[in-house]
Amino acid sequence: MADAIISATIVNAGEAEGSVLALDAPLSFWGGFDPRTGKILDVHHPQRGLSLAGVILLMREAKGSGSAPGAIAEAIRLGTAPAAIILVTPDVNLAIGAQVAETLYGKACPVLSVNARDFEILRGAAKLRISHRGAILAKDV
Amino acid sequence: MQLATRLLVQAAEIMEAPYLIPIEFAHIDACFYTGQAHVDFVRYLLANGAKLAIPTWTNSSVASLSSPDLRPDTSGMVSSAHELMRAYAELGCVPTWTCAPYQLPGGPKFGDHIAAGESNAVSYYNSVVGCRTNKYGDYLDVACALVGKVPFAGLHTDEGRRARLHFDCRELPDDCRTSDLFPHLLGHYMGGIAGSRVVTVSGLSPSTTKDGGKAISAAAAASGGIELWHGVGVTPEAPELASVFSSGDATSVHIDDLRRAHSELSTARDGPLDAIALGTPHFSFAEFGEVLRLLDGRHAKTGLSCFISTSRAVHEVIAAKGWLGTLEAAGFQIPLDVCTYYSPRIPALRGRVMTNAAKWAYYAPGMLDVEVALGSLRECIESAVRGEVWREPNSWLMR
Repeated sequence: MADAIISATIVNAGEAEGSVLALDAPLSFWGGFDPRTGKILDVHHPQRGLSLAGVILLMREAKGSGSAPGAIAEAIRLGTAPAAIILVTPDVNLAIGAQVAETLYGKACPVLSVNARDFEILRGAAKLRISHRGAILAKDV
Repeated sequence: MQLATRLLVQAAEIMEAPYLIPIEFAHIDACFYTGQAHVDFVRYLLANGAKLAIPTWTNSSVASLSSPDLRPDTSGMVSSAHELMRAYAELGCVPTWTCAPYQLPGGPKFGDHIAAGESNAVSYYNSVVGCRTNKYGDYLDVACALVGKVPFAGLHTDEGRRARLHFDCRELPDDCRTSDLFPHLLGHYMGGIAGSRVVTVSGLSPSTTKDGGKAISAAAAASGGIELWHGVGVTPEAPELASVFSSGDATSVHIDDLRRAHSELSTARDGPLDAIALGTPHFSFAEFGEVLRLLDGRHAKTGLSCFISTSRAVHEVIAAKGWLGTLEAAGFQIPLDVCTYYSPRIPALRGRVMTNAAKWAYYAPGMLDVEVALGSLRECIESAVRGEVWREPNSWLMR
């Protein structure tokens, strides 16, 4: 099997490596996610109860909330945040929350966006590695 | 300041803004405590000598500085919220602590570019006042206030303010369109359909008040993500439909749509009440006057807890009018700086609660474990006096 290298748009820069968790529905980080546990709280979300801590989170788009930056920054502070977030639609709130947390706590959470075709390729990967320049290595896809 | 500039440039890139433009004013939401990161952020700014570039007002808070014991401090949330409030005051914010800053004198005017974050304030400033703002999330709102600029994109541009969806209310009966519950139900209904699109409404009553505009703004930003609605003949950018809408989807609003909106929000059966919650968003001077008129010297049933949330500024005005004593004697508590629908729960807010606000009815059942009866202000006050849900006989909603 081949390894794919996909070039992403950087929303918030950083390196990461981890296993993939692809969401089946958009998630609001404020209200839909508990920064204290890293788990999905939203009772209407099909993946309620799953932990996002340390995974590379694939989510086509975020559900908008003006309080999302605080929730993602809090999760990064507590170590319950995803290792990285890959979207199709770039999201200002996640980028701002990740950037603030990096400044305050020195912990990076890269946020990237890719096109819909590349998103489907990444979904099929078990593990991903993200470079500082926005290259994503997907092994065995 | 380096951090603020970095956040602003990062946002501008994502929003595909060609440049940053100056703003006159900011109303920030990052002063609403949601976790330790919020406190660390403002402490970092203070430690690095950050200064606000423009007049910056504060949204309401989790905790009240004027009545600090309103909410129980079980998880330390109240004391952290107090610390956060003091830090934003130290940064130089005007401590308004209100979700309805547009009721205060000295705010921004038609055509001003501003930065706002709280969803109803964003919608009211854009729609009713005619200011220009996107919905700036936490931290970015503060960054805009520190730099005094925003990315030129979205609702700051002429093109971004055109309506994409038209709600036609012209066929609705007059007694429906002039009732004070109508803007709440219309807002809730529109938000569920429109998502975050800019919308326009025709058929609003020419006598629609600022409080009616507040109700539409708050309800539509709770059930959906509407940041700008144009009321034809009512809001300043829409003297006629063609001023804001040329092509897009159109839909007629029927009385059954509003009845459905009411039954979605009003889930409690009629019966004895445990509490009344008014003032979401914060009660205006005019609304306090209306409550006194409706009470007409009567008082709420003994044992019923009645809350009206408002801002310090409006509180000062009603105090000067001599209304506070009357309201307190009638059994009404007036919490400042806060809203009542979120946790930590105010202990008296439990069981069956009546409100006049669609936004309160939308959020409270999930946050407080209460059941809600939604009614007009007159229905709320009559119910307060009787201690049980009272409904207007022969109202347009029920007939």
